[in-house]
Amino acid sequence: MLSRTADHLFWMSRYIERAENLARLLDVTWQMSLVPQSLEAANQNWNAIIALNSLEESFAKKYSEVNADNVLRFMVSDPDNFASIYSCLRLARENAHAVRGTVTAEMWETLNSTWLEAREKTFEQILNGGVGEFFEWVKMRSSLSRGTTLGTLLQDEAFHFIRLGTLLERADNTARILDVKYHVLRPHGDEGATDFYQWGALLRSVSAFEVYRKVYRDVITPERVTELLILRKDMPRSLHFCMNGVVKNLDLIANRHSDETARHAGMLHAQLHYSRVEDILAEGLHPWLTDFMDRIYALGDGISRDFLVPMAEAA
Amino acid sequence: MNFYNEMYDANGGVREHYKGYEAWLKATPGERIERKRAEADLAFHRVGITFAVYGEEAGKERLIPFDVIPRIIPSAEWKGMQKGLRQRVTALNMFLRDVYHDQEILKAGKVPAEQVLNNAQYRPVMQGVDLPGDIYAHIAGVDIVRAGAGECYVLEDNLRVPSGVSYMLEDRKMMMRLFPELFARHKVAPVQHYPDMLLEKLRAVAPTGVSDPTVVVLTPGAYNSAYFEHTFLAQQMGVELVEGRDLFVQDEVVYMRTTQGPQRVDVIYRRIDDDFMDPLAFRPDSALGVPGILKAYQAGNVTLSNAIGTGVADDKSIYPYVPEMIRFYLGEEPILNNVPTYMCRKADDLKYVLAHLAELVVKEVHGAGGYGMLVGPASTKEQIENFRQLLIAKPEGYIAQPTLALSNCPTFVEEGIAPRHLDLRPFVLSSGKCVDMAPGGLTRVALTKGSLVVNSSQGGGTKDTWVLED
Repeated sequence: MLSRTADHLFWMSRYIERAENLARLLDVTWQMSLVPQSLEAANQNWNAIIALNSLEESFAKKYSEVNADNVLRFMVSDPDNFASIYSCLRLARENAHAVRGTVTAEMWETLNSTWLEAREKTFEQILNGGVGEFFEWVKMRSSLSRGTTLGTLLQDEAFHFIRLGTLLERADNTARILDVKYHVLRPHGDEGATDFYQWGALLRSVSAFEVYRKVYRDVITPERVTELLILRKDMPRSLHFCMNGVVKNLDLIANRHSDETARHAGMLHAQLHYSRVEDILAEGLHPWLTDFMDRIYALGDGISRDFLVPMAEAA
Repeated sequence: MNFYNEMYDANGGVREHYKGYEAWLKATPGERIERKRAEADLAFHRVGITFAVYGEEAGKERLIPFDVIPRIIPSAEWKGMQKGLRQRVTALNMFLRDVYHDQEILKAGKVPAEQVLNNAQYRPVMQGVDLPGDIYAHIAGVDIVRAGAGECYVLEDNLRVPSGVSYMLEDRKMMMRLFPELFARHKVAPVQHYPDMLLEKLRAVAPTGVSDPTVVVLTPGAYNSAYFEHTFLAQQMGVELVEGRDLFVQDEVVYMRTTQGPQRVDVIYRRIDDDFMDPLAFRPDSALGVPGILKAYQAGNVTLSNAIGTGVADDKSIYPYVPEMIRFYLGEEPILNNVPTYMCRKADDLKYVLAHLAELVVKEVHGAGGYGMLVGPASTKEQIENFRQLLIAKPEGYIAQPTLALSNCPTFVEEGIAPRHLDLRPFVLSSGKCVDMAPGGLTRVALTKGSLVVNSSQGGGTKDTWVLED
């Protein structure tokens, strides 16, 4: 497969997954903001989203104040913000466009019509229709895209690069959501009462509320939420689950340059496989997640170097 | 002006080959057809069968309007056309071989040497280069129009990178999806094997000694107006769609960059103009091409399709000599007509053209796509005067032809069904062993009332083209 084709496939799946997770993050923040709280606390939640994506500077250029309306506008439908849902859907479609001969007609049509519909929605229309409904729509479109991929695409190299993109992006995004929410909910470690609604909203944002009930059959505690989202290998949005898939797909596309990247992926996977939640919390969740995100980033870099960016011309 | 109507004869009777369709059209409720037309629009949009228009907002895409009334050609007429196309394209390939080797036709004085050798499309780098099967134009998109009392003329030969074949195929697919009953009633010659034919031809012209050639389609990229077609053909043939940056040349061999390392490429169906193919040989500012590819090509290590330098044979200043080429190389009389052409570089011709601008069609010698032309009868005084200045300033840059009374065909437009002018572009494939084509071709239709310009960039649409088998 052409390196450029693999690159487009990888980023196509990353951007649609990113749009989905951003919708999830915004959705949970929106829901949390509905629980009675001080304005200051509410705005702190919105600010965390900007900080999480390192967008303080570009946000400040256009908006004077961090509040629900501005952050939503910026992250949902601002075409100038390359990290907005709008931009992610556009970039997913653009990458698909470049490889529309490689993906199936259904996959291309899904991403193309997602973009065509997104383009028609103004922020005011989204607000009027209810932002929650819009986030649901984004999640459904992402599911549809994943579904057409699983249901129609030959499981060859193209498929593996798409899965790699999806899982790597999801691992990063789940870590981010957990990091930002944990930080806001428990700024000083694990003292104080657990806020059922806030933790419930966090679980719902990764479609894990019912999963939690099923797995633990007990009250919601931050430790278990952490365990579920990081260490459960059968929870499809957990870091362990994602790394399982990353290692497997990397193995299937291995070439003679990729040993080192595979080794790093394997080490990260092993760490998730054999860690205990007590140890992670003892180290401090925030530093642990920061380290994890750095390593995910390095992994993406390695994949790019080994497979996607045109390699040295020597035959 | 009286126009030949493809469906009705001069007395308003339905032509024999349209009888079946016409009866169906009469019997089918208008609202059903209306619904089907909307369905077609939606499907084309969703599938993204679009083209980009230069000069409009970057990356903006439009649909090419699709008309549900087919253009029907009786079998006997098609057979004649086919024979004429084979003859014409064979002669054009022989001409190209000759121009880039011994130049017999120039020595014989049949085509003025300066017209060829001073032509911007003539590529001296091709002199003496031998090509597999001696074929230069593997793919030709010959534009044919019907005019006057029904006789056909070749308008242009399009030997560089003719486009539109994907619309021919998609129109047929759409027509069969919308109105399957029509195909049960008519014996419409199938066209869907075109990509197979194309792949077979491309494989047949691989460099000598390559038994299982790697074929690729080379596109300028996603913002090119015909990008849809590039992806479509690559997908239909099951070959890689590459951009210039995916290829590199080492030791005069072309490779593509893959996830498993470099892979050798043998045949390139390129959809990039000569000028942009190799920044080391042609335009140095081209970012679309592949540095060093010309050297690999000259060394015979890769086949380019079409060859470099085919433009010298489809240039409008060479067009008037095609009948002469047919006589010279094949010793036959041309089967297809040429349109009488005034060459403005000749003083007499220029004088005539300037005196009759309001009646003539004037075209830029190197123009294409319906840009930079004047249709006298459809132009304002001001436009004509502007063109007069252009002509006087640079007569050798233009040719002129009588305004042909292009045939028309009933077409769905805003106000209902009305006659609109059309042309036909058959796609002719050559490999040295044989010359083939899919029955019919792409029918383009000018949707604006009275317009004679069918180019999609100028608001043209397309129709499914049926060759009826006996």
